[in-house]
Amino acid sequence: MFVARSIAADHKDLIHDVSFDFHGRRMATCSSDQSVKVWDKSESGDWHCTASWKTHSGSVWRVTWAHPEFGQVLASCSFDRTAAVWEEIVGESNDKLRGQSHWVKRTTLVDSRTSVTDVKFAPKHMGLMLATCSADGIVRVYEAPDVMNLSQWSLQHEISCKLSCSCISWNPSSSRAHPPMIAVGSDDSSPNAMAKAQIFEYNENTRKYAKAETLMTVTDPVHDIAFAPNLGRSFHILAIATKDVRIFTLKPVRKELTSSGGPTKFEIHIVAQFDNHNSQVWRVSWNITGTVLASSGDDGCVRLWKANYMDNWKCTGILKGNGSPVSGSSQQGSSNPPLGSNVPNLQNSLNGSSAGRKHS
Amino acid sequence: MEELDGEPTVTLIPGMNSQKKQMCFDWGPGEMLVCETSFNKKEKSEVVPGCLLIYIVRKDVDVYSQILRKLFNESHGIFVGLQRIEEELTGKSRKAQLVRVSKNYRSVIRACMEEMHQVAIAAKDPASGRQFSSQVSILSAMELIWNLCEILFIEVAPAGPLLLHLLDWVRLHVCEVDSLSADVLGSENPSKHESFWNLVTVLVLQGRLDEARQMLSREADASPTSAGMCRILGDLMRTMPVLSPGNTQTLTELELKWQHWHEECERHLQDGTFASSPHLESLCKIMLGDEAALLEQKKLLSNWYHFLVTRLLYSHPTVKPMDLYFYAQSSLDLFLGGESSPEPLDNILMAAFEFDIHQVIKECSIALSNWWFVAHLTDLLDHCKLLQSHNLYFGSNMREFLLLEYASGLFAHHSLWQLGVDYFDYCPELGRVSLELHIERIPLSTEQKALKVLRVCEQRQMTEQVRSICKILAMKAVRNNRLGSALSWSIRAKDAAFATLVSDRFLRDYCERGCFSDLDLIDNLGPAMMLSDRLTFLGKYREFHRLYGEKRFVDAASLLLSLMTSQIAPRSFWMTLLTDALPLLEQKQVIFSAEQTYELMRCLEDLTSGKPVCGEPDPQRLQDDDVETTKVEMLRLALARNLARSIIKEGSLEGS
Repeated sequence: MFVARSIAADHKDLIHDVSFDFHGRRMATCSSDQSVKVWDKSESGDWHCTASWKTHSGSVWRVTWAHPEFGQVLASCSFDRTAAVWEEIVGESNDKLRGQSHWVKRTTLVDSRTSVTDVKFAPKHMGLMLATCSADGIVRVYEAPDVMNLSQWSLQHEISCKLSCSCISWNPSSSRAHPPMIAVGSDDSSPNAMAKAQIFEYNENTRKYAKAETLMTVTDPVHDIAFAPNLGRSFHILAIATKDVRIFTLKPVRKELTSSGGPTKFEIHIVAQFDNHNSQVWRVSWNITGTVLASSGDDGCVRLWKANYMDNWKCTGILKGNGSPVSGSSQQGSSNPPLGSNVPNLQNSLNGSSAGRKHS
Repeated sequence: MEELDGEPTVTLIPGMNSQKKQMCFDWGPGEMLVCETSFNKKEKSEVVPGCLLIYIVRKDVDVYSQILRKLFNESHGIFVGLQRIEEELTGKSRKAQLVRVSKNYRSVIRACMEEMHQVAIAAKDPASGRQFSSQVSILSAMELIWNLCEILFIEVAPAGPLLLHLLDWVRLHVCEVDSLSADVLGSENPSKHESFWNLVTVLVLQGRLDEARQMLSREADASPTSAGMCRILGDLMRTMPVLSPGNTQTLTELELKWQHWHEECERHLQDGTFASSPHLESLCKIMLGDEAALLEQKKLLSNWYHFLVTRLLYSHPTVKPMDLYFYAQSSLDLFLGGESSPEPLDNILMAAFEFDIHQVIKECSIALSNWWFVAHLTDLLDHCKLLQSHNLYFGSNMREFLLLEYASGLFAHHSLWQLGVDYFDYCPELGRVSLELHIERIPLSTEQKALKVLRVCEQRQMTEQVRSICKILAMKAVRNNRLGSALSWSIRAKDAAFATLVSDRFLRDYCERGCFSDLDLIDNLGPAMMLSDRLTFLGKYREFHRLYGEKRFVDAASLLLSLMTSQIAPRSFWMTLLTDALPLLEQKQVIFSAEQTYELMRCLEDLTSGKPVCGEPDPQRLQDDDVETTKVEMLRLALARNLARSIIKEGSLEGS
C-alpha cells in the first residue's frame, strides 16, 4: 500500500530528472528552466528546497549525486553542450539557520560538440570518476585524481559509439572478477543504425575501453539503460527502455574460450520483455538490491517489475495519475497537504472476507 | 506450480495527468520520487509553469505503525529464538517445541489484534476507526490461517484428534457465542429470550454439548410440556461418543460407538420423539449431520469452514487428514450455494485443506500487502522440513526470498532496521550481501546511530562497509571543519590517506593559530598514530609540546631532532620545527649536545640550500623574504652559540 505526498517544485519549466542522494535524505531536480534545485528532508519528514541556482545556458537533462564518500557533489548535463560538477560549501552559520545550502561550480566539461544527454558517476571503488554521453555519439570518461580538489578533472577516455547517445550506465559491481563496464544506449531513429545498445569494457592491458558487445536484438531507439546492482551473481543484468521494457542477462563466457586479452564475450539472454506501457518506455531504474525494476513510459505510468522466487518477472505495481488536476495548482509555491488520506483505499483482498464482518 | 496472475497494485497519484504527461522518477530507500515531465524532447510541449509537483511515494505504514511495531518486535524475538534452538530440536520433543513456537506467534498476533481493536473503538474520527477495524480483521484472518496451518502442518493431527483441533479452531474464531450467551443468560428469563434457541443451536453447532444440555434443562424447567423431550435430547447430547485426550480407545472402537449413537438419534427422529418441537427436532437433525438442517443455520454458522467442521463432527468425526479436502470443497460449494464466489481467504484455507503448502504461501503473498506473515510462517514451516526448495537463479529458496523481502522492508524504517539485521543473518545465501547493501544506505543522522550501524558491521566483519561509512563521516566532518571528528573517523576507517589529509589540516591550523584543536584526541592516539606518517608526526609533534610544557627539555629536544632526521616531519614543516628549537637553544643550560647541534645545522642547511622540494605545496614559504632571512640568521646564531657551549660542556670534567 502506497501513499503519495506532493511538494511544489517551483521550477519554471519542465523537470527532466529527479535524483535521490545515496541516503535518500536529499534530492536534486533539474529543469528546462536551466536550473538545479536541491531539497533536504527534515527530521520530521518534510522536504524543503535548500538551494536553487542556474547551472547551464540550456535545458538541464540530467542531474546525479556522487557517492557521499566524496562529499556532497552533484553533476549535471545540458543541452548547452556542457556537463558540470558542483560541490556544496558549508556556509555561514546563519545560512544553516535559514536552512540554505550553497553550491559552487567546480568544473565545466566542455569537450562535447553537441547536447550532453547523460552524466553518471562511476561506482565508488573506481574513485571519483564520471562518464558523459552526447548526441555527437561520444562517451567521455573523466577522473578527479585528488578527491579534495574537485576543480581538477582530466579526460581519461573518449569512446566513440558512432550513433547519437542518449543514456549510459556503469556496472555497479565491485567484484574483482568484473572489469569496469559501461552500457550505452542510442536513440538514433534511423533503422539502419544497428548499435542502439552497446557494452564497453575496460581492458587492463591496453588501458582503454573497448566494445565488448552490441545487443543486436535492440533495434529501436533506446531511451534509458541500467545495470542492476549485483548481489554476488557471476552474471550481469541490464534493463533497457526502448519501445518496451527489456531485461537481459549477460553471462561472461569463460576466458579460455575467447582470445585472451580481448574484451569479455557474453552470452546474452532476454529474460523479460513488457510492452504494457503501450508505446515508448523512457526510463528504467533499479532499486538498491536490484530486485525491482521501475519503468516509466508513454502511458504516463510508472511500473514496477519483480521476479518471484521462481524467477518469473511480472508487474507488481503501477503508479499512475488519476487525471484530475490539483486545485489551485496555477499558483506558484502552493504546497499541498499530505494527500495520503485522500488516496482511494487500495484493495486489500482480505477486507470483508468471509472470516471477518464486512465493514461498510 | 502454475502462476496466478495477481493484479498489480495500482497507486493513484492525484493531480498527475497520465493522459498528457509522463513520469520521471528515482528510487530512494523506502520512497520513490516521481515527477511529471515530458520525455519527447523533439516535441514542443505546452508548458504550464508553476504547477509542477514532485511526489514522494512510499509504503503507508504510519497509521498502524505504533501497534504493528510491537508485532514486529515480538515476532523478531520468536524468530531469532527459533533459529537458535534449531540444532537442539530433535526427536519427539521437536514437534512439541515447534508447536509451541507456532502458538507463540499466534499469541503475538492476538495481542496485536486486541490492542488495535481497543484503538479502533477509541478512535475519534470514523475514518481512522474504520482503518483500524479493517486492520483488525486482517490480523484476525492471519491468525485464522496460521492456526489452521498449525493444526494441519505442524501439529499434524491424525484422524480423531484432528477433529478436536478443528473444533477448537472454529470456536476460537467465531466469537458471537460469548456475547450471545451473555445476553441470554443475563436476562431475567433466559429460556424466553428471543435468542435462546439461537444460542442453543450455536452451542450444538460448535459441539459444546454440555453447555447446550444445561440450556435445555432450563427450558425443561421453564416449560414442563417439553421437559420430557428436553431430557431425551439432553441424554443424546450427553452420550455422544467423543475422543477425549488421553482416551485409550482406538479409532475403530470410537467409530463403532459413534455409529450406535448415531443410529439411536436416527431412531428418535423417525419415531417423531421431537415432532412437537420444531426447535428440538432441528437440533436432532443437526446432530445427525443432516446437511439441509445445517444449511438452514447459515447465519449462525457464518462461514463455510464452520459448516465444514460441524458437518464433520456430526457425520465423519474420525475423518482422516487426507480426506479433508473433499469435504472442504463440498462444504464450500454447498455453503456458497452458487450465490457468491470464493474470496481470497477461502482459497487460502482450501489450499491448506489440500495440504498444498506452497499454494497457501503463494496465495497469502498475493492477498497480503506485507511480507510479515508469509515470511514468518514459511520460516516456521521450513523448520518443520516441509518445504521443497525451489532454486532461484542464484540459488536461493522461497523461505529466504520471503525473509529477504520482509527484512528489506524493515530497513526503510529509522529504527526497525535493527530487527532486519537479524533476519538477514539467517539467510545463508544472500543475507550478508543484502545486509551490506542496505546498511550502507542508512542515513547517519546522529553519531549514536552511526555507532550503532558501525557496531553491526564490525560484528560481522563487514570491513568495506565500516570503511565506507567512516569515510563518509570523515568527509562530512572535514567539510564542516570539525577536524577532530574527521581524524577519529579516518582512524576508524583505517584510511591512511585521509588521516594524512586531516593531519595536514591540523598542522596548517597550528601554523595559522599557534595552537592545536582537539588536544584530547591527539594526545590519546595510541597505536592508531601509526596509521599514517603524517598522523604519527602530528602525534609526536604534540608530544614534543607536552614534553616542553613539562620542562623535560632534553627529551623534547631529542624528539624534535628525531622528527626531522627520521624524515617523518614533512619538509614544509621543518622551519617551524627549527623555530621551535630556538627556545631550547637559548636556555641557560645546554640541552642539545654537540652532535645534535651538528644535525640541526645540517637540517637548516638542507632547508635553505635553495632546492625546491617537489610535491610539497608550501604556502607558508611564500612569506616575506626578509622575515625568512631573519629567522635563518637567528637560528644560525643560536646554533653556533649552542655548539660552542655544548663542546665546552662535553669537553669539561664533571663538576667543573
